Amino acid sequence: MRSQATALRSKDLLGIEPLSPEEISLILDTAEGFREVSERPIKKVPTLRGQLVINLFMEASTRTRVSFEIAEKRLSADTLSFSASGSSVEKGETLIDTAQNLMAMQPDMIVIRHRHPGSPKMLADLLPASIINAGDGAHEHPTQALLDAFTIREKFGRLAGVNVSIIGDIAHSRVVRSNIHLLTKMKANVTLAAPPTLMPAEIEKMGVRVVHSLDEALEGADVVMMLRIQLERQSKTTFPSLREYFNTFGLTPERLRRANDGAIVMHPGPMNRGVEISSDVADGPYSVILEQVTNGVAVRMAVLYLLAGGHLQES
Amino acid sequence: MNLLISNGRVVDPSQNLDRAADVLIEDGLVAKIGPGLKAPKGVATIDAAGCIVIPGLVDLHTHLREPGQEHKETIRTGTEAAVAGGYTSVCAMANTTPPNDERPVTEMIVAEAQRNGVCRVYPIGAVSKGLAGLELSEMADLRGAGCVAFSDDGKPVTNSKLMRAALEYARMLGAPVIAHEEDAFLAEGAVMHEGYYSTLLGMKGAPAAGEEILTSRDIHLVELTGGRLHVAHLSTVGAIEAVRRAKSRGLAVTCEATPHHIALTDEAVQSFSTDLKMNPPLRSEAHRRALLEAIKDGTIDVIATDHAPHHPDEKRVEFDLAPFGVIGLETAFAVCHEVLVKSKTIKLAQLVDLMSTRPARTFNLPGGTLKPGSAGDVAVIDLDGATEFASFRSRSHNSPWRGRTLGTRVVATVVGGVVRFDGRPSPAVEGKSRPQAARARGARR
Ligand SMILES: [Zn+2]
Repeated sequence: MRSQATALRSKDLLGIEPLSPEEISLILDTAEGFREVSERPIKKVPTLRGQLVINLFMEASTRTRVSFEIAEKRLSADTLSFSASGSSVEKGETLIDTAQNLMAMQPDMIVIRHRHPGSPKMLADLLPASIINAGDGAHEHPTQALLDAFTIREKFGRLAGVNVSIIGDIAHSRVVRSNIHLLTKMKANVTLAAPPTLMPAEIEKMGVRVVHSLDEALEGADVVMMLRIQLERQSKTTFPSLREYFNTFGLTPERLRRANDGAIVMHPGPMNRGVEISSDVADGPYSVILEQVTNGVAVRMAVLYLLAGGHLQES
Repeated sequence: MNLLISNGRVVDPSQNLDRAADVLIEDGLVAKIGPGLKAPKGVATIDAAGCIVIPGLVDLHTHLREPGQEHKETIRTGTEAAVAGGYTSVCAMANTTPPNDERPVTEMIVAEAQRNGVCRVYPIGAVSKGLAGLELSEMADLRGAGCVAFSDDGKPVTNSKLMRAALEYARMLGAPVIAHEEDAFLAEGAVMHEGYYSTLLGMKGAPAAGEEILTSRDIHLVELTGGRLHVAHLSTVGAIEAVRRAKSRGLAVTCEATPHHIALTDEAVQSFSTDLKMNPPLRSEAHRRALLEAIKDGTIDVIATDHAPHHPDEKRVEFDLAPFGVIGLETAFAVCHEVLVKSKTIKLAQLVDLMSTRPARTFNLPGGTLKPGSAGDVAVIDLDGATEFASFRSRSHNSPWRGRTLGTRVVATVVGGVVRFDGRPSPAVEGKSRPQAARARGARR
């Protein structure tokens, strides 16, 4: 099914929540074209030549930052990357001052990763540049959800009706929130599994099924998405030990047998092997974890291209 | 100190009065109420035709920020905000810098209010030294210096033994303890209400249970001590239930609700506006409805603003990092009139009761009534008028209603027979904008 939208309505990508299903399809369809670019011997197109993209990473992230940088370079944009450490942020500068200083450099787009929810919106309300949310606290991480959807669509040919089970630290995960918005908008069936201490209040109102058993979540699943246990964010009141967590919610080949034939295993990374996922599964035949990384570049190229005013080109 | 307020509709719940009448103030006290009163020679008149004339509003929960946080508010600017909102008395919370935990601080507040304040200011003393929650402050000394109640507001008294002692000791002094009810462990790191919207926004929420736990604890302590408890800014179904039960058992428990908890819910926080961040946080619609019910059935004694100014620089940060609190003195009556009276939830007289008569009675303050012989504290309000909240007299502007226009307009606020706020159009200061003119006149003593 091809998308009906031909452009994005907003200048920014702050989350999946404000997007329409047509806009989501548009991004995914556009990404298909860019995946092909990545397979060429010369992996570069002139699309964003002369445009300045600033990557403002105020929270440590290697994976997402590198993925955005590659996407920007393949589109021929000029890029600048800032991180929090050693910057004026550590000297007490506010986000608004940082942003206004960056704006003086007249960027066309700012990609921001920040530990506090709503910070991309603060910039979007203030600055004329396009703002791309690369993760704001536990709020949203839209490009991750888009690359996950791209990967699922590639495997199953569709999103509607696919049974997706998301397992792990739901409470602290921005990935899960963006994925829920996206998958429910695209009519996939979403099940969440975690101990109640890692399940946020009233999340079933987002249109998902909530269970507290890994086996129940795996039963009938087409897609098993394991979330990272954010070791740095846990206290002893969320679960007793990593050992107990792995025994109750860790994914092993035996437990995975409950999932549907042809089920795939995803993980947004970075993984904690032996905590939420065993190495047998992570490196096993069902795992699409490395494809997710590859697709991430194509999806981010599509987002940058569309926000720069690009349109889907019929091939 | 002498003034005639004529042709208004006098609404005074303390004497079941709601009729057209004039109010004559002499020597700072209400002298007479009745139709067709004549102004004695040389006595100024306020024409209140088309307006209500009510006992001046009384706020039991104001953060004036002075001493120590004068970049947020001063006694001068805070009381100017108060009279602009129809308030004639405010009770100043103790969490200043230094906190009001010693007589010299209370004396400074009282002196500064007399020198530069434009309405009555009643200090509230700290329950504990340094608001640290460890040892009692010198409450008798504070009471002697003019404190009308005791509170560590801003944070809860987590130590049950200290709270017990505070209730017992304050009982001896004939003063209530005002409690900010929040289980500090459950609320750790929270920036909003825990519920669907905190989940949606990925922000840390404070569960309603935390407020209910401490409210229940303190009611048990009232039973134990015979003390007098006033629960600040009630915001949850369970806390309301607890207070309702306590009252039905005849315990000395009163409580207040804020205009923002009555008018707004956590749904609004989706805008990430830091002008919606306060503690207790905006709760869900079910809690808000319970507050409306509790106002209707009388469980809520008082509407108090929890006026909490913060400098724009402090609020212009990420929601997680912004300080808790919103200002409320200038908008309170307009907001409550819209949400409670225009919606026909309660009658006008009940609103005046909640914002003036009962607050005064709850802390045993002058005012809250227009009975002859009582303080000449009056607000004249045009219910058909409108106020645009484009700017504020408060030094800070962290209001959820900034930029909004709300129905009702304060026409004049009179404290002890002196006009401290004049919102009437004035030909004498043509060329100047009216708010400035009013401020200049309001400040005249
Ligand atoms: Zn408080």
